[in-house]
Amino acid sequence: MNFFNLLKIALRALNRNKLRAVLTMLGIIIGIAAVICMLAIGQGSKDSIKAQISEMGSNMIMIHPGNMQRGGVRQSSDDMQTLKVADYEALRDRTAYLSAVSPVVSSSGQLVVGNNNWPSSIYGVTPEYLDIRKLSVEDGEMFTEADIKSAAKVCVVGKTVVDNLFPNGENPIGKVVRFGKIPFTIIGVLKSKGTNSMGMDQDDVVIAPYTTVMKRILAVDYLGQIYASALSEELTPEATEEITDLLRSNHRLTGDEEDNFSIRSQQELSEMMNSTSDMMTVLLTCIAFISLLVGGIGIMNMMYVSVTERTREIGLRMSIGARGIDILLQFLIEAIIISVTGGLIGVIVGCGATWLVTVLAGWPTSILATSIILSFAVCTVTGIFFGWVPAMKASNLDPIEAIRYE
Amino acid sequence: MEKREIIQVRDLRRNFKVGGETVHALRGVSFTIREGEFVTIMGTSGSGKSTLLNTLGCLDTPTSGDYILDGVSVRDMSKNDRARLRNRKIGFVFQNYNLLPKTSAIENVELPLLYNSGVSAKERHERAVKALIAVGLGDRLNHKSNQMSGGQQQRVAIARALVNDPVIILADEATGNLDTRTSFSVLVLFQELYARGRTIIFVTHNPELSAYSSRNIVLRDGKIISDTYNEAPASAQEMLDSLPVNDD
Repeated sequence: MNFFNLLKIALRALNRNKLRAVLTMLGIIIGIAAVICMLAIGQGSKDSIKAQISEMGSNMIMIHPGNMQRGGVRQSSDDMQTLKVADYEALRDRTAYLSAVSPVVSSSGQLVVGNNNWPSSIYGVTPEYLDIRKLSVEDGEMFTEADIKSAAKVCVVGKTVVDNLFPNGENPIGKVVRFGKIPFTIIGVLKSKGTNSMGMDQDDVVIAPYTTVMKRILAVDYLGQIYASALSEELTPEATEEITDLLRSNHRLTGDEEDNFSIRSQQELSEMMNSTSDMMTVLLTCIAFISLLVGGIGIMNMMYVSVTERTREIGLRMSIGARGIDILLQFLIEAIIISVTGGLIGVIVGCGATWLVTVLAGWPTSILATSIILSFAVCTVTGIFFGWVPAMKASNLDPIEAIRYE
Repeated sequence: MEKREIIQVRDLRRNFKVGGETVHALRGVSFTIREGEFVTIMGTSGSGKSTLLNTLGCLDTPTSGDYILDGVSVRDMSKNDRARLRNRKIGFVFQNYNLLPKTSAIENVELPLLYNSGVSAKERHERAVKALIAVGLGDRLNHKSNQMSGGQQQRVAIARALVNDPVIILADEATGNLDTRTSFSVLVLFQELYARGRTIIFVTHNPELSAYSSRNIVLRDGKIISDTYNEAPASAQEMLDSLPVNDD
């Protein structure tokens, strides 16, 4: 008996009981659609987190003064002054895993231009800060190393600052803005980045040479933070280790003395956020697979009923020459047809549901080819697995008894 | 010239274990059936005729004794080989027709050939049409089994038994579910097949039917108690013509 004939026999048998076949299929359809939809939602949220993080610079490393891992214990101000310019210079000159390093010193205050004023923050950095934070200058230019050396009173401002200080749309380049008592010449405008994932306006900034901010505004000799970029996201752990070693030796920390600085990388943050979304994905997928399992049990149930109902048919087929394997394959193929057809419709329904989720709820989704292949494989296996036992039962029937079964 | 021996049965015994007891369904049955015979096997229930039919139909194997079907010994055959033998050499006709429900006559008749991979789809169809014409249903090829009368259904079943061109047709109470008139019309069909040289074994408990066959074997308690040849079988057609016609 060739495969084509078997397929024909199975299709005819299913055709005789369409409604039941469709209802059984429904279980698989819902299961597969749920798996695809859940995986798509999970993948979508993962992708959007990843996009947000890489927008901030996925290989960014932040070094803060003091040790943040002391829980509720208040830290002395000495602890907060542990990062010096020398540390920055050491990191800039003596590391192998960093592509960019910038000190950050910041101050908040009122910006004033003519009659307009706007509260904002000024960040003292080096030009490499742009690479680290994935910023770029849209109009004008960035300040230079020479400006840093001379602690020049120049700055680059964000879009929000421009909009508030120059409401009439004048060109801000070359204008002078006062920060406290210090006048800065605007030499560039940053390209807009919009709000970040935490809802913070990333365009509400002023950046200036760190030397200017340290000397002319804050009058301090320590740094607020140091930002750096690892060569790649994967090399972040090596870079972190290198920074730790270098800073410990710079700070003359020996043995079991605790670090008086702390390092946080964007990678840790992304891992943390990913693990949350991974957990959600696993949870949702588990539920989806359970519904697939229930669908599979539905197939098994239907096949059992079908075998009992068609005992005489099985007896007849055997008496006119069907072997056990022919009967086994017939019922197995019926089960597989139901599960694969259900799977196929399930994929379509799942894709449709995913699209609806995106359109109606506005959630980010992403359907992976692997999730479609996976669910297809799962439903074929489901068909074989749950079809096997009833099919075995059918093929082991005694034709003499089966043919006289009432 | 002696006709070919289709069935040879020698000292056939079949025991069943029921609970702790052994039931002897067949206690040494021997006979030979040659090509072209129309044999009725008769007996009351419990006489062993069903067991004999199952054995002759290769559905069951004897406990001891030999069964040779068309030159092949069935006794030591595997299940699959017996299935193959049934497919190629035997045509079954059952009391309750056993047609596939909601399936057309032609598909029902094609069924045995589906299990024979040597037959192409085209040949399958042609042979099924031929078999249906032979039983007088040439105009009902696509009628579904549930749209047909009992007599028509049994004719489809007979066509299904003929389609693989078997060496023997085994009928198990083939007229048992039919009214007298329809019974005789089916019997007429069997006699026509007999006239065309088919070998037929017709198992029944109805003694009237023995008059229409060429040979009659009677079983009782697992043994043959009589085996008689009937030189001039009665004509089922004459009997049918003499019956009053029911138009309801």
